[in-house]
This record gives sequence, structure tokens and C-alpha cells, in this order.
Amino acid sequence: AALKDRLCSQVSAALKEGRVTPTELCQRCLALIKSTKFLNAYITVAEETALKQAEESEERYKRGQPLGILDGIPVAVKDNFNTAGIETTCASNMLKGYISPYNATVVQKLLDQGAVLLGKTNLDEFAMGSGSTDGVFGPVRNPWSYSNQYKDKSVPKSHSEDEESNWVITGGSSGGSAAAVSSFTCFAALGSDTGGSTRNPAAHCGVVGLKPTYGLISRHGLIPLVNSMDVPGILTRCVDDAAVLLGSLAGHDPKDSTTVQDDFRPFEVPDLTDVSKLSIGIPKEYHAPGLSSEILALWSKAADLFKNAGAKVVEVSLPHTQYSIVCYHVLCTAEVASNMARFDGLEYGHRSDEKESTESMYAATRREGFNEVVRGRILSGNYFLLKENYEKYFVKAQKVRRLIANDFVKVFRSGVDILLTPTTLSDAAPYTEFIQEDNRTRSAQDDVLTQAANMAGLPAINVPTALSERGLPVGLQFIGRSFQEKQLLTVAKWFEKQVQFPMIQLEEVKRHDNGVFQHQKSAFFS
Amino acid sequence: MAARGCGGVWRRARQRGVVGPGPGPGPSPRGQRAVVCNARGGAVPAGKSGVAPWIPVVGLEIHAQISSNSKLFSGSQVQFAAPPNSLVSFFDASLPGTLPVLNRRCVEAAVMTGLALNCRINKKSMFDRKHYFYADLPAGYQITQQRVPIAVNGSLSYSLCIDNKMSQMVTKTVRIKQIQLEQDSGKSLHDDTRSQTLVDLNRAGVGLMEVVMEPDMCCGEEAAAAVRELQLILQTLGSSQAVMAEGQLRVDANISVHHPGEPYGVRTEVKNINSIRFLAKAVDYEIQRQIEELENGGTILNETRAFDSKLGCTVPMRDKEGKRDYRFMPEPNLPPLILYDAKSLPANLNHQQVINIDWIQERLPDLPSVKREKLVEQYGILPEHSFALSNEDGLAEFFESVVKQTQMKPKKVIGWILNHLLSYLKQHSLTVKESPVSSFLLADLLNLLEKKEISSTAAKQVLAELWKGEGKTPLEIVKEQKLELLQDQKELEQICQAVIDGQENEVIMMVPG
Repeated sequence: AALKDRLCSQVSAALKEGRVTPTELCQRCLALIKSTKFLNAYITVAEETALKQAEESEERYKRGQPLGILDGIPVAVKDNFNTAGIETTCASNMLKGYISPYNATVVQKLLDQGAVLLGKTNLDEFAMGSGSTDGVFGPVRNPWSYSNQYKDKSVPKSHSEDEESNWVITGGSSGGSAAAVSSFTCFAALGSDTGGSTRNPAAHCGVVGLKPTYGLISRHGLIPLVNSMDVPGILTRCVDDAAVLLGSLAGHDPKDSTTVQDDFRPFEVPDLTDVSKLSIGIPKEYHAPGLSSEILALWSKAADLFKNAGAKVVEVSLPHTQYSIVCYHVLCTAEVASNMARFDGLEYGHRSDEKESTESMYAATRREGFNEVVRGRILSGNYFLLKENYEKYFVKAQKVRRLIANDFVKVFRSGVDILLTPTTLSDAAPYTEFIQEDNRTRSAQDDVLTQAANMAGLPAINVPTALSERGLPVGLQFIGRSFQEKQLLTVAKWFEKQVQFPMIQLEEVKRHDNGVFQHQKSAFFS
Repeated sequence: MAARGCGGVWRRARQRGVVGPGPGPGPSPRGQRAVVCNARGGAVPAGKSGVAPWIPVVGLEIHAQISSNSKLFSGSQVQFAAPPNSLVSFFDASLPGTLPVLNRRCVEAAVMTGLALNCRINKKSMFDRKHYFYADLPAGYQITQQRVPIAVNGSLSYSLCIDNKMSQMVTKTVRIKQIQLEQDSGKSLHDDTRSQTLVDLNRAGVGLMEVVMEPDMCCGEEAAAAVRELQLILQTLGSSQAVMAEGQLRVDANISVHHPGEPYGVRTEVKNINSIRFLAKAVDYEIQRQIEELENGGTILNETRAFDSKLGCTVPMRDKEGKRDYRFMPEPNLPPLILYDAKSLPANLNHQQVINIDWIQERLPDLPSVKREKLVEQYGILPEHSFALSNEDGLAEFFESVVKQTQMKPKKVIGWILNHLLSYLKQHSLTVKESPVSSFLLADLLNLLEKKEISSTAAKQVLAELWKGEGKTPLEIVKEQKLELLQDQKELEQICQAVIDGQENEVIMMVPG
């Protein structure tokens, strides 16, 4: 077997046929993690437990009793999900060294189905950011920075500067998970998505990023950013795999009262042959300021693709989307202020040596434990929640949120099945360029196309679409109706098939693949 | 100066003909303005200056710990005096990523209590976060119901006696503003010598019902009587054990005074009241303190004060944070709490998952007031005796059991129960259940008395013997101590003769005299 078995379904078949064993697979991934360490995708690599899990999986295969399609498949989990016995840091000094006594429900579900947990992936501190550059363990590097596709097209100013100054960010905040999937160190990864944190890095790293409907997947064990918008995200190399992961994670959890009671039936994504009954909406407001001409062109090309295949493509309006950034800012910071109150150094996490008084210990602990971004959000959130400001900001923002959500309801009621939008304004920025702006400005810019889906709780997915002129991935976003993941993924899969997104050409991967690695040509958008 | 019970003052006010309702503004003729009643019949005399009368206003906030096996939002056990931090779930310790899961039993307890207090039950209520930093509040916020509580607009009727005379009872009503579900905090233990604080989270997250009473009371007696009645109701419902000494019932009193026709005065909040007796004392002390303060030209600060039970006074609590802004916000991890009634109950919903208000209403036990009425009606006892019976846990049942086993009239039985049994129990700090004299033994004794086999004096002697709990029956004691009344004429004559025979000299002296 080789890494051409790049998808869960393929590798699962290989495992079943005995072409590869779970241990071999795990070892190969661990080796690849080591040789791509410079990406900084992982905060913790759980080598020992991973190999043990692989061994157990191997036993099951030997007995002919694998637990299902995920048995023996190496996965990675964003480091804001609790994992029993493995450090959970949120890329923050506050939780450095923190070992949770329990597994997040999604982690438990993966383990229960035999998946092998390789480690915990890097992120912005407490998932606050859009670059995966603002964590205490340093920025994540986009694997595409080291791809032949990018290297061929970028013109280094000088030789020495080359890779050091040209590497591009992954986007965020689930950049570690996106990079891990993109660089073949795992087959699927969990991210979280509050304003676009799964879809944004998926777009920049050329992988599929699914944000399911709010309430479909348990948040129990996910260290919250904004409870009313957080959703565990799924990062995979293809739409089919996203459906596999969704099927293994979705469903009511008694430990999360916001999950829906209805049973979730796992599904395989059907191959769509006829799109003529589909109505694709193109929201005009997503033609946002700062949208690169390249992406705009790609977006209309994609719309044409549907039109030419017989689908109905209509322009629609989501008039309140433009307010989502300000609205999000208020709601997000308010919940952050509240959620972060528990980090006082008493029960767990960092505790300052300051002993003057309990209050001064709290203050010092929080100053030392949180970075400026987190502290800034706590400060503004508390401001918005003050008695005198509550109506003016928080209540107003809640009303605007309702308007934003209603826009979607109206559009879907008008007969539109799926919305097609860009995921990001442009391709990934070089790190040196990205850090010129502060976190707040960047988050505001970068989340503009993804955030509204969180406000409305809708399912949305990034599908890698083409490479930019610089040789970097660009993705488009599909937004579906609440709990209509099957329809969303069906359309996404059809689109995925049409665009034939090219595979990353990475030296490290090739080396590990003994040259069997296959190079696909983009059929449609090259 | 000792605070006065308002019952007495109310009577005095009536005598002077200045009865409310609706205190009229403007000055009254001198001599009549010394006392004025407020709308609900309470009043307090003016202070030394005697110029303008004062109206005290008392409102209560009562936290009742819900009697349930597990906490409000987690599966940890609820238990008093367990080893520190032995009943703490991940959620209770606020471990990151944990979420609240509402305990059905706590909701049912709150609905029962709301119904018993004549509240409107909100079919949709919400949870909010109330933020403040404190060592025993691990999450940095308390989950409570600030905006839409589970029950609103109720009332509680309570009775109290005037001038401590059981025969003069009045019934009053206090409005219940709301009942809200909320989490209890943990406990902090400050060790000043080692300058450290120890935190016990066993109590953190235990379900509380906060009962907010409108400021319809005007003195300590009223506050105490209202809380006592609430306590009885909670214990009857089983929604809270409501033992103040164990912190299952905590009372904070909001107190202010003002002149008739003027807006309410600045109020203080008195905390740390851990018995009903102290509640009455604390309220009366605080009213008197405020009046004196104001009459001496001082002002009342909007502050929190603690009742010092040893000194019998209230003292300002060290307010560490100054003005607090709790930064309330909706709890995003709990959907609105939806309750149903028979009409709105959806057919397709699993009955395990829903709470039906009507179902709970139908199963409410007899409340103390109803029980008392039944006692009066059934046994012909005085209303004040019914209060005495219902005030002691198990006493009414004890009484009924004795009545069933004797031929003595209930009206006579009640005297024995209240004057002898109860006072003995109180002297020895025993509950009814711990009584060494069972209802069976007491009935036995009363039967001897009723059949005139012993005198009432002898019965008291037997009872004193029974308290020793030596397992003897009343009849055995009577025989042992020869306490029987003599029924046989001949025997009586013989005894008399024997006495006379033994005292011949005296008899002889008496005959001529």
C-alpha cells in the first residue's frame, strides 16, 4: 500500500485487505509528522498512545472484527478539545501542561470507532484568530509554502531569503488541523468553527472543511470560544471522507443540552448526475470589499459550471450580512469575557506566584496566562456586558444576529437549495505580510465570508477549487439549509468532481511515499 | 432600646384611631402622629423626638436548597457534611469544556414550590450567568434566572400572634415576587494565621430556589412568621429540607424605614441570619438602628450588614469590591426551560422528557394551612393549637395517633401534648421522633386517667417516670408506685379508719373542738 490511498475509504479498504496494517500506517504518519515538524502543525504528538491504539486496532483486524470504517485510521484533533491523558493547551500559557481527566464527546466517539489519535494540532490561542499565528507555540506554516506548485511560481528576492520569508500562513484558527490533513500526516482532523475557523484554513490549505449545523455535533469537551456559535469542524481530503466523519460524530449527546434530540442517520454521499433540479443562490453581498479579482473570477466560473450543467443559478440578497462583523465582535467578546472567567488559577492551569491577595493572584494569573488578543477580547466583552451598555450593545447585536439569520431563512424559503460563495477574500498571505495587521483587523477581514453561517447556525463547507496564480489553494464555500448536510455534501461532491483540485506536491511526502505518490492534473481550473 | 413587635404597636395604633390603609400625607395633629400604620397594618412609634412616625419596610430573599440526590446541573451527589471536595464533578469544578445539564428533579421541586405559593408558573423560563470573582465560585459566574424565572406573582399567608398571646392570632399575606432556580456556591474557609483560603466545592452547584418576597412586612415578628410558614410548606412538599442550621434555608432581609407619604428609605441588606429567632431579632434591631441613625441626623448607606448573634446587632460587612456589576448575560449552553400543562402537552413527546405542571398540581400534598384547618375541624381544637401542632415536625401525627388510641376527648389530649410532651421535648432539645414516650404509651396513660384509675397528679408522676424510657408501661408504674385511685368504698373506709386509729390523740382533741 502507498499513500495514494489518501482517503479514508481507500485506506480502510487497504486495511481490510491487509495491504497495510494499522501499525504500519500509524508509524508512517508519525514519521511524516517528524519530517514535517517545521510546519509546526502539532503541539503534542501522542506517539506512544497512538501506537498502542494502532496495535489494538491491528488485533481487531486480525480477528476480522474491525469497529468500522475508521478503525485503524490515524486522525488528529485540534488542541482545544479535551483528551484524557494527553495535554490540552489551547495554545495558551494558561493551559500549558494541563491534562484533562476526560475526553470530549467527539474524541471519545473517534476512539470508540477505532481511530488512532496521533496528536493535538496547533491553533491561535483559545481559537481566537484567523491565521494560526497567535498561539504560544508559534505560527503554523502552510504546507503549500513548500510545494512544487508554489515554489515554481514564487520568485525569491534572494536565495537566502527564499523559504524563510516566503512561507504562507494556514489561516485559522484550526490551521494545525488543516496543515496536518494537507501534508498527509493524518487522514482526517477535527477543528472547531466559530466564525470560519475550520473553513478558512481549509481553503488556504486546499482541503475540505465542513462546519455542520449548530446542534448536530456535541460540543461537550470543546473548550468554548462562543458557545452559541461553536461547532466541531471536520477537515478531510475529500467530501466523502467528511461524510464518514460526520456520520461517526453527529447525534444527540446528553452531556450537551444544545444538541438536537432527533436521531442522525449516517449517509454515503450519492453521486449526483443531474443538477437541473438544483437552485444555486449567489449572494451578491459576498462580493465584499477586498475580494481578489482572481477569486471573483473563480466564483463566477463555478456559478457558470452549475448553470451550464443545467442548474438554476440565481442572484440572491442577504442584506444584513454586512453587519455580521460588528455584531460578531460584540457577541463573541461578551461570551469570551464570560467563558474565560473560570481561568483564575485556582482549580487548574497556570497560577501566578503573586501572593499579596486572592484578587492580585487572579489578576497576575490572567495577565501571565492570556495573550494580548484574549485579554483584549475579555476587556471589550466585559464592557459590552456592563449594566449601562448591555441594551446598547449586547441586546442590539442579538437582534442583528436574528436579522442575519432571517435573511438566510428568506432566501431558502424562496426556493434556493444551496448558496455558493467564496470562502476567503484571497489566497494565503505570506507570514511576514500577515503579521503587519493586528489580530482584530485580520479576524474582521478574514471571517467576513464565513461568519454569517455561524450566526445562523447553518451547515457550510469549503471545497478546494483551484490554485491561484501564486500556486496556492483557493476554495469556494457552499452553505446549506439547517440539518440538510446530505444535500450540502451531495452538491459539494459533484462540484469537487468537476474541479479536480490538484494534489499537493511535497518533497517530504514523496520521500515517504517511495515515489508511488501520484500527481493529478486539475481538469477544469488549471 | 428594645424593638417592639408590631402586633402590639398595630393594636395601639388602632386604639388611637390612626388605622391605615393608605397613610395620608401631611402632618397630623400632635399626639396622634406618633404612630402610623402602613398599608398592611404595621407601624412603629416615632423616635425620641416624637415628631414624625416611621414606617419600617421589610422584604426577604430566601435561598432554599433543593432536596435532591444530585446537583442542579451535574450528577454529583448532594449531601451535608461529606468530606471536603468529595462530591465534585468536572462541571462543578468548572473544568474547561464541561456543560450544564439541567436536573429534572430540581425543576419539579421549583414547580411544586411555585404552585404551593400560588405563583404563576412560567411555561418558558431562561437561565442567565451572573458574573463575579470569588474563590468558591469556580466558573466565575453563577447560573441563575434573572430575566425570566420559573415562577412569579405568588403569595404566602402566614399567621402570628399579638403580644405573644396565642389567643390573638392574625393572618397576613406577603406577595411572592418570584422563585428562581440557581446554583449554590462552594464554601471558603479563611485561615488568617497561615493567610490562606481553603475551598470546599461540595456545595458548589447544588440547586437552590431563591424565593423573593415583596417588602410587605414591617417587623421581625412578621418576617419570622412568614419564613416559618415557608419552611413548613417546603418541608411538607419535600422540595427542601429547609433546616436553617444546616444552611438549607438562608434568609437575607432588606430593611428600610420612611415617613408616611414619603418614598421608601435607603435600604440595607442583612445577611448571616441562621435561625428564625435571630431573624426577628436582626430585623427589629436594624429597624431601630436606622430610626435612631436618621433621627440623630445621620444617613443610611445602601450596604450589606451581617447579624452578629452573640452581640445581637448588625454590623457592616467588609465590601471588598465596592459597587458590583454582575454583567448578566443569557446562559448559552442551556436552551429555554419549557414546561407543559395538560393542554399544551404534545402527544409525540416522551413523557420522561417533559414536565407537566397539572400533573404536579394534582399530586401536591395538603399544605400546612389546610392541615391545620382539618385539625380544627376534625378534633374541635382551637386554631392556635393547630399552629402549635403543625409547627413541630411530626407532632400533628403524634397527636392524631394518641387520639385514635384513647377515649379521651381530643380537646383534652391536646393539653397533654402541648403542655407536657412538647415542653419536655423542648427542654431536652428532642424532636418528636426522638421522644422516649411513644404515642402508644401516652395513650395508655391518658386512658388510665380517663377511666379515673389515677388522678391527674398521678398521671404527671407516671409521665415523669415514662420519660426515663425504661420500658415500663404506665400501668406497671402505677402499680409499682401505688398511684391508683381507690374505687372500693370498703377499702377506702379501712384506710381512713387506719389513719384515724393511728392518730387517736388528735382525734380526741378534735371531737370536743
